[in-house]
Amino acid sequence: MMDNVFLYSGLYLAFLMTLSLYRALVGPTVVDRMIGVNAIGSKTAVLLILIGLIYHRVEMFVDIALAYAMLNFIAVLAASRYFQKRKGLYD
Amino acid sequence: MDIIVCLLLFIGLFFFTGGAVGILRFPDFYSRLHPAGKLDTLGSLLAMTGLALFNLHYFSLGALLTSLKIILILVFVFLASPTATHAIVDAGVRAGLAPWTKGEDRR
Repeated sequence: MMDNVFLYSGLYLAFLMTLSLYRALVGPTVVDRMIGVNAIGSKTAVLLILIGLIYHRVEMFVDIALAYAMLNFIAVLAASRYFQKRKGLYD
Repeated sequence: MDIIVCLLLFIGLFFFTGGAVGILRFPDFYSRLHPAGKLDTLGSLLAMTGLALFNLHYFSLGALLTSLKIILILVFVFLASPTATHAIVDAGVRAGLAPWTKGEDRR
């Protein structure tokens, strides 16, 4: 029973990620796209733990989720340091 | 126990829904950061707390360690997500992005 709950929660989470992907694709400025990427990354950490619970291998997937959360943080931080100039804001 | 896990997971998904809709519908960059920064953090807190509770269903030392790792991800998200949001808004301010005022059209 709980496997089905986790499966459909994961599917719904993937649907929400496609909604955030719209902002990452058509956002008018570069920083808008970074908002979308950050939202997708924070949902992915939850989705990885859900996948681990569905496959009954959560002790492996929790490490992947931790590494993904750290990598997402570093990526957003580096991109925001890189794009803090006016040139290329609307590309 | 399963009812508490389902409740926490669904409330977390509800907050994630609010964050996604807010990112889509708010009029400009600075107001879009408001749902993106806070609702995602709270949704991660509730959903991951529920998953850590479910993982303790068959109690063992390994399950306890896995649940502690999930709590570690939570603590990291609580430190990292506001920092990332602040870095993004700092990039917007330094790039000279003007805030939206009433009467302008949506950007």
